[in-house]
Amino acid sequence: MALVPLTAADMEKNLHVWLETEFTYFKVEELAAELTLLARDEQDFILNWIRRIASTHITLAWQFGRRAPALLPRMERRLLEAWAIHTCDVFDRTGLQNALRIMEQVDSFDEAQHQHDAAGALFEDIAPILGNFVCGLSGRRLKLEEGDAAWTDGERIVLPPLIATLPDLDDNFQLAKITVALLWAQTRFGSLRIDHAAIAASYADPERALNRLYALEILRLSAHIARELPGLHRQMQRLRSQLDPALPASWQPYEVTLSTREATLDDSLALLAAAYEDADCPQWSDQGCLRPEAIAAARAARLDIEKARLRIKLAELLDEHQANQAEAPEAPDTPPELNVEPRDENGQLDFDITLDDAPIAPPDGVKQLLTSVYLDFGEIPPDYLTPAGDGEYDPNRVFDQPEDTDSVWQGTYHEKGAELYPEWDHGRQHYRKNWCVMREKPVTPVYDDFYRDTLGKHAGLVRHLRKKFEALRDENRLEKRQTQGDEIDLDALIEALADARDGSEMSDRLFMRTHRAERNIAVAFLVDMSGSTKGWINEAEREALILLCEALELLGDRYAIYGFSGTTRKRCELFRIKTFDDRYDDEVKARISGIRPQEYTRMGFALRHMTKLLNKVEAKTRVLVTLSDGRPDDYFDVYRGVYGVEDTRMALMEASRTGIHPFCITLDREARDYLPHMYGAARYIILDDVRQLPVKVTDIYRRITT
Amino acid sequence: MNARTLDPAHHLIENEPYYEAVGEEIQLFEAAYRQQIPVLLKGPTGCGKTRFMEHMAWRLKRPLITVSCHDDLTASDLVGRYLVKGGETVWVDGPLTRAVRCGGICYLDEIVEARKDTMVVIHPLADDRRTLPMEKLGQTVEAPPEFCLAISYNPGYQSVLKDLKQSTRQRFVALEFDYPSATLERRIVATESGVSEAVADNLVRFAQMTRNLKGSGLEEGASTRLLVHAGKLISDGVSPVTACKAAVAQAVTDDPDMLKAIQELSSSIF
Repeated sequence: MALVPLTAADMEKNLHVWLETEFTYFKVEELAAELTLLARDEQDFILNWIRRIASTHITLAWQFGRRAPALLPRMERRLLEAWAIHTCDVFDRTGLQNALRIMEQVDSFDEAQHQHDAAGALFEDIAPILGNFVCGLSGRRLKLEEGDAAWTDGERIVLPPLIATLPDLDDNFQLAKITVALLWAQTRFGSLRIDHAAIAASYADPERALNRLYALEILRLSAHIARELPGLHRQMQRLRSQLDPALPASWQPYEVTLSTREATLDDSLALLAAAYEDADCPQWSDQGCLRPEAIAAARAARLDIEKARLRIKLAELLDEHQANQAEAPEAPDTPPELNVEPRDENGQLDFDITLDDAPIAPPDGVKQLLTSVYLDFGEIPPDYLTPAGDGEYDPNRVFDQPEDTDSVWQGTYHEKGAELYPEWDHGRQHYRKNWCVMREKPVTPVYDDFYRDTLGKHAGLVRHLRKKFEALRDENRLEKRQTQGDEIDLDALIEALADARDGSEMSDRLFMRTHRAERNIAVAFLVDMSGSTKGWINEAEREALILLCEALELLGDRYAIYGFSGTTRKRCELFRIKTFDDRYDDEVKARISGIRPQEYTRMGFALRHMTKLLNKVEAKTRVLVTLSDGRPDDYFDVYRGVYGVEDTRMALMEASRTGIHPFCITLDREARDYLPHMYGAARYIILDDVRQLPVKVTDIYRRITT
Repeated sequence: MNARTLDPAHHLIENEPYYEAVGEEIQLFEAAYRQQIPVLLKGPTGCGKTRFMEHMAWRLKRPLITVSCHDDLTASDLVGRYLVKGGETVWVDGPLTRAVRCGGICYLDEIVEARKDTMVVIHPLADDRRTLPMEKLGQTVEAPPEFCLAISYNPGYQSVLKDLKQSTRQRFVALEFDYPSATLERRIVATESGVSEAVADNLVRFAQMTRNLKGSGLEEGASTRLLVHAGKLISDGVSPVTACKAAVAQAVTDDPDMLKAIQELSSSIF
């Protein structure tokens, strides 16, 4: 039974609230009147989205409402949703003006052009698959990115957000895959080795010349694909026969010339003059487009730096090689002769490096550099093979340096060298992409007596803990009466023999086995370092950490300790106190002592980052323990309140979905009612007395890991 | 139909197991065997370590006793134990003891997986003492000159927990194995599975693509063994894409995106 449509009055009430008409004066009555004409589920769909977008920006929600009723009949709901989310993302990234422009673009939405959108391949769906696909093909590693159209600059392949040329989802995916392969082939088979601008300049109509050159290259690359990837080529022919007109007769001779195995870019260039005069120019729906400026820019940036890198690497290789030779021969008068022989066969690129005719095995990094250089030139230019002399290059400039996390802040906000994490927007019911800018920072160690004092203060407790934790350690336990085992269980055997004499059934459980209960636990502690922990709480946290470390060292569990704090989403900071690889030494103790309250409590990013770190550790059981003083909070930000609670809840759910066991310890005197909801996926405990913390934390840890 | 039951201690491999030498491993192994030095085979899974051992056992005409080590394998599993039979306790030799007694080749596959206490029994066998202490019997068995100990391990795991201790590894002559070169691998796949050279060529090319993915989502690329499996399916009439999916893609990963990506690679080739 269909639900009764909502009346205008019903809807107005909500719209007034969501769109804050008291201040914005939006005419919700008109909108409501328009919506009354729709069916109930359509109304619900639009209203739901107005509410969700309004939580991001009211004007956007209003614009959405104005447009959506008209769009609904001609646009798939899936696309309408994608459009709404995309608008919000653009707003997040670049502000209201751009978001409104995206909103308006939908007006020019042409139904005919988009009739297959419902079956379209969305970039976010195909990117993980095609990203790996491209990785598997040989040559330089290319990144896959989303952009306005399909093109490549030799370092990345850009695809549009939606490929929807065909009525079938699978075919659209195939089309995307063929496009990716053609763009990959441009790098792999040397289409990008020339200066396109210079070539185009010699023609009266540069645009026309480039189009024809690109078409010639597509012919050549298609032939390469036919040889390298015959399966893909079959799909390509099938789709081209559906979508594209046959090759013009005047172009067929070109195809024959360019299809030979030996054809290179030079052959295409040789044919360009003739093709330029040709009235026809074929175009394929899978060809993507040529961006000469992007290619030139990427190439210019790459050439010098790779030359330097390669020469430095070769110098290192040479040094290593000479050091390995047991007795170095007299220093030769001539420098050793380094030769690189590229082998481009069977679809695989490989390099033989010889030093004075003796082969040496190149490390992986050198091979990748050689591949990249080879793809740029079609050979390894001799001057690339002179090992760098001492001090010729400043390695700091040539190799990417880890960013100094503090220097980033001297200047305007930018996101260089940081990791980006999404955040759950409760109102929008969707993630905000790349929302939190997260950096890991070290804690400055403070060498004082804190460690000793803590142990002294809790001397009794430490002894007690030691005893308790020692009992948990990997002990070999003898399991008796087993069906299999290393040794015979004499008691069981005697009993069994007696049973047998007696005429009753003889048990086969006659063996003993030593069983090792292996503790294979990795645990990450996430400590609240927000300003609200100042004073007692901070001290209790630090004491608790010291006691915990003492106990964990006994158990041999792998553990890491991080602190979190932040101000706004642009400055989320995670403080390294102990990584999984650090040993519990004086420096770690000094860092624990150096934990100081910082700023606010934004929690989602910290949980997400710890989830990532924990999942990299090999362990049977992964535990994430958070230690905080309650409500997530941030500076002048929506994070305070429901938003923060929901984001934290979501991050905990994400963690437990990956198999991590989250456990939250909260210091909160008021035991607020939102806690059970926030910790939904996690187990938690609320402590109302700060002084209990050091005692409790270790005890809790013991309970949750046994 | 009755399966043949073989007694490994007296069973000699009759037919030559197919093996293509990549380098000088056969000469090296023979020299080590003559000099009574134990051998350590290193290399990724499915690159031919076990096949190499079978081939060497055939060449040297010695019985081969293979033990695949797992994380529950104890010293008693190797040496032997008392069992109860009809009210009496009977000692039963483990595979290692049997190999020592009959002068065979004992091959402990994936040794790092075994429990640490197994090393204790291997050590005296692996140095110049060449003895096997049997604690529970109070005996020590001396290995005859024909006995040979070989172990294998895969350094690719890179886990601290699964590393071979220096005290163990420094007792062995190490032979390194890797995937064979494309030409050789093509020949191996064609010979083993009976597919044509052209199909074998495509299979090898496909394997190289999956090996390119190592480190970016895949733990290991497709091994030669998997290619042989795929080849066998193909020569039995399965279509190449289906065979690659079943024998290779599903074998190397569970990740749905990665599976699809590998599928796309194989369908691009065939």
